Amino acid sequence: MSQLSTKHLLGIKNITENDVQLILETAANFKEVINRPIKKVPSLRDITIANIFFENSTRTRLSFELAEKRLSADVVNFSSSNSSVKKGETLVDTVNNILSMKVDMVVMRHSSPGAPHFLSRNVKANIVNAGDGTHEHPTQALLDAFSIKEKFGDVAGKKVAIIGDILHSRVALSNIFCLQKLGAEVMVCGPITLLPKYIQSLGVKVELDVKKALQWCDVANVLRIQLERQQIKYFPSLREYSLYYGINKKLLDQLDKEIVIMHPGPINRGVELSSDVADSEHAIILEQVQNGVAVRMAVLYLLAGAKN
Amino acid sequence: MQKRLVLDEGQIAITLRRFCHQLIENHDDFENTVLLGLQPRGTLLVDKIVALLQEISGVKVPSGYLDATFHRDDFRRRDLPLKANETKIDFLVEGKKVILVDDVLYKGRSVRAAMDAMIAFGRPQKVELMVLVDRKLTRDYPIMPDYFGVRINTLTSQYVIVEWKEQGHEKDAIWITEKDKS
Repeated sequence: MSQLSTKHLLGIKNITENDVQLILETAANFKEVINRPIKKVPSLRDITIANIFFENSTRTRLSFELAEKRLSADVVNFSSSNSSVKKGETLVDTVNNILSMKVDMVVMRHSSPGAPHFLSRNVKANIVNAGDGTHEHPTQALLDAFSIKEKFGDVAGKKVAIIGDILHSRVALSNIFCLQKLGAEVMVCGPITLLPKYIQSLGVKVELDVKKALQWCDVANVLRIQLERQQIKYFPSLREYSLYYGINKKLLDQLDKEIVIMHPGPINRGVELSSDVADSEHAIILEQVQNGVAVRMAVLYLLAGAKN
Repeated sequence: MQKRLVLDEGQIAITLRRFCHQLIENHDDFENTVLLGLQPRGTLLVDKIVALLQEISGVKVPSGYLDATFHRDDFRRRDLPLKANETKIDFLVEGKKVILVDDVLYKGRSVRAAMDAMIAFGRPQKVELMVLVDRKLTRDYPIMPDYFGVRINTLTSQYVIVEWKEQGHEKDAIWITEKDKS
């Protein structure tokens, strides 16, 4: 197959394993493109893409913008902080106004879970979810899977532990769906207060002891504590979290094998990861960032590729 | 399905040898020359030419594979998008004499896209085109080969198929067939 089964990338849950494989294979081609002396291809030169960010983002927005520019698309950026959203305009009105300026695709981040799904039913454009609240962050999961595949050759059969704030993490949910579609075993690990009650129903292992999780896995994907989404206290203090769930070199040295450390960023150094781990040869955090551009190029290219 | 043989195994072998001698004539010691096989069907051919050149002249000419999928002009205009293939070029073409190698030259659109893709690796001094089969009078772009194995008249209702033993066929052969109308 050379075409995705969907017009939008709203989440990993509703796309097929073939879709995921096609995106990863195409991303490998784009990874080669972005390492050329001239990193640009003309594929999307007749496409205009709006990056609509209702939530803060550095990495994802830059990564999407770079991916779009490397594909030769025209790009408009929008962030809610300096827009008419503050004057009470609805989401559909805001987006339809942008689309009336002949925009073909919308990359959206929003704090409400399901916002891109709602948008995909109400506007005529390809929608890419760049993170919707605590729900999904599909391109992050795809770039994580791509990074694992690049490191190990295959994702199937690998053991991946997702460690940290699972409750508030869209990265965790998308990663679980993506890794399972590709045949990996997934474990989640964190304080019991930061694990969703339904998590076992997704077919993942649950572990409360970080040492056991690290001993079990081939890859540890370490997540940030999302203080901005926490209205109540889920653990006594960051210091205590770091003491029980922080990953440092001493902890990794105690394992009888080498594991790969991933982090979707931004890292809270000294909380979930110590600097000696984040900057070590075990960590592929910066490779993840580079792979993010290639994966997003693949997603945009494949979504735009269908004949209109 | 009707099939007409264009070149058999012996004729293809002679053609490949002729290509090598023409290249030696034009490129001397290949000091500044590179070969690029166009994905997907020019890659096997370029490997064969490189091996044969080494056998004949003792020189291993640098070569690579070039995929032009992202540079094609029919993106968003096809029913199904084309799947990209690997580009494998571990040198720059800046200032080099580049020989693009493909199996069949038809409308010239793939070669145009390939030249566009090639520029991402530098500005070549000169570019030449080598094809096994030149389907004449079918071009959409003003592109002509510098080296061709055989030049044939075909209809747009026909395919030219190049078969290689390395791809599981009994013998190397080039055929003309009618497109399946079903």
